[in-house]
Amino acid sequence: MDLGSILLNGLAAFLTLSIFSILYKDNPFYKFAEHLVVGVSAGYFAIILYYSSFIPKVWVPVVQQHKFIYLVPTILGVLMWTRFSRKRSWMSRYPIAAYMGIGMGVAIPVTMQAFILVPLYATMQPMGFTSLSLFNNLLVAVGVLCALVYFFFSKEHTGAFGGAATIGIWILMVGFGAGFGLTVMGRVSLLIERFTFLRDYFQQLIGLL
Amino acid sequence: MRWQYPLLIVFLGGLFMAVQYFVPLEFSERIYEYALDWIIIVGVFTMCLGLWSLFRVSLAKIQTKAPAWGYNYITLAGLFAMLILGPAFGIEEGKPFMTLFWYIYTPIQASMFALLAFYIASAAYRAFRARTMIATILLVTATIIMLRLIPLGFLSGPNQWAVNWILTVPNMAAKRAIAMGIGLGGIATALKVVLGIERSYMGKD
Amino acid sequence: MGFYERLMTLDRRWVYLAMALSVAIPLFISFQVPPYITPEVKSVYDFVESLKQGDRLLLAIDYDPMGMAELHPMALTISRQCFAKGVKLFFVTLSQNAPGMCEQLVSKVSKEFNKKNGVDFVYLGYKPYPGLVILSMGQNFRISFPMDYYGTYVDSMPIMQGIRNYDDMKAVIAFESGWVADSWIADANGRYKISVGLGVTGVMAADYFPYVQSKQIFGLIGGLKGAAEYETLAKAKERSASRGMKVQTVTHAVVILFIIVGNIGFFMSKKRKGKTE
Repeated sequence: MDLGSILLNGLAAFLTLSIFSILYKDNPFYKFAEHLVVGVSAGYFAIILYYSSFIPKVWVPVVQQHKFIYLVPTILGVLMWTRFSRKRSWMSRYPIAAYMGIGMGVAIPVTMQAFILVPLYATMQPMGFTSLSLFNNLLVAVGVLCALVYFFFSKEHTGAFGGAATIGIWILMVGFGAGFGLTVMGRVSLLIERFTFLRDYFQQLIGLL
Repeated sequence: MRWQYPLLIVFLGGLFMAVQYFVPLEFSERIYEYALDWIIIVGVFTMCLGLWSLFRVSLAKIQTKAPAWGYNYITLAGLFAMLILGPAFGIEEGKPFMTLFWYIYTPIQASMFALLAFYIASAAYRAFRARTMIATILLVTATIIMLRLIPLGFLSGPNQWAVNWILTVPNMAAKRAIAMGIGLGGIATALKVVLGIERSYMGKD
Repeated sequence: MGFYERLMTLDRRWVYLAMALSVAIPLFISFQVPPYITPEVKSVYDFVESLKQGDRLLLAIDYDPMGMAELHPMALTISRQCFAKGVKLFFVTLSQNAPGMCEQLVSKVSKEFNKKNGVDFVYLGYKPYPGLVILSMGQNFRISFPMDYYGTYVDSMPIMQGIRNYDDMKAVIAFESGWVADSWIADANGRYKISVGLGVTGVMAADYFPYVQSKQIFGLIGGLKGAAEYETLAKAKERSASRGMKVQTVTHAVVILFIIVGNIGFFMSKKRKGKTE
């Protein structure tokens, strides 16, 4: 481990421990790290955007390849910056309108296909009581239907409708419980990675001393 | 006219993109490709808004001596360090720009999310109570899922089977219903935007 | 204050300390946890194993530092498996904090297998608006990526000759820590019918099981456990995810203990309150 690596990893370890210090109580080290990451992340994103998007998509086509048609989206993009001017912010509605129109138009058929029609088709599987897989398919179909009934708030949840909604909330709770169980693993993974880094760094530091 | 023309653009753009999905003719595919290409370019400029906003807000806090205003110097220092080091030395691996990314941004970001492990443990101890039937269902399910990572001897087999069943039957039903609900809501919102009923994204005069 | 009441009002910093110790101590103790391979992870492994030399695979590295712990091990293992088989890899990132992560992964793995940029792999880079970029790649990769991450024109690269869009790829395997996974399913698979496999964080894993059943994705690697299963299947030499599983075992036991103790305290103190009233 060379001196540069020791110092840089030491900085990373210091910042890691600064963030963890909030667990005891709020303190200047945590605030320092918190504000630093905001600035660094914004600067990082801006530079990445410049090199990976502005140069190949705007500068090269317009300035080097003379494809002046790309001046149209460039002007639209610059119009977005008028958002900060009270007098001229109405101009930013044009690029917003273009984005929203295109984005929403594209979303309608793909959302219908991917999140409504295909899942509906996948729910309507052969059902029955003669085997476990058939029974599971029945449970899935009933579960999806009851959970959707629960989300229908235009009708009061009483009688048979209320019964279905009750089964629906039970199914949803099983889903949330499964989500929580997996979330614990997910969050702990991040902590393991940080502690592993700290362990390795301090072991190497002690080894050097 | 400050509203009408943009709303017309939303309507025509939305209609074209929705219809184009079903009518893939060569000329409509060409327009579709141009539309995607141009909007990505607009997006490049839009992302700069956040940067300017951060700079303005930090500067305002310093000028008005808002609470903890001194820390905004740190924010601006981090921002300008990246903005200068990137173009000055390049953005390849090993350059100062990426060094700051790996040794400042990555550990802080990773540590902030690692804090959630502590909060989840605290929530598990202080808040997760089997007060009602549905809370009990949630807790029992979560416990069965968590037990899959613990060697339970002869119970490991049945536990793994139970976990697999929970994830592929009731959990799947629940998540599918939620996804369908979100999908329906998304389509409704998209239609409202395209038809000009929803206009809040345009801002005010 | 009775014992159960004191249990209920325990300062949360003791809980934090217990959690920290449950993570730190196993890091210094050596023990193994036997992996249990799930069908969803095996599907991804079997698919990658079925690829032949010269096949083309698109890898989407869409995670940032918060997803690195879980997703980096799976991305590394799959990249190594592909390079060992002579599969040509096309890397892309759609998350703004992922370019650095992807570049490090690409540099590391390509050096290990002596793979040449532009011939054996290409790193296309990052563009904003993930949904629109995914749609544009379905038409032509060059709409969003006329140049690669390093500023080289993609048309000058041998690997990009004859490559136009998803039709020229065997599949996409996307490593996601956010909502872009939905875009891959809806836009890439829904519209362009490209096979999609997902590697997601533990937090997201439960949400994507429906898409495995409906065959909108051919496999799902969920969280650190999924990464550990994949490392076991692939007989990976670097097993960072598998090493993390022993710590997961201890911390999960501690969290379960917290839930049980918390509920015991709740019910006992409730019972005592009922008796005194």
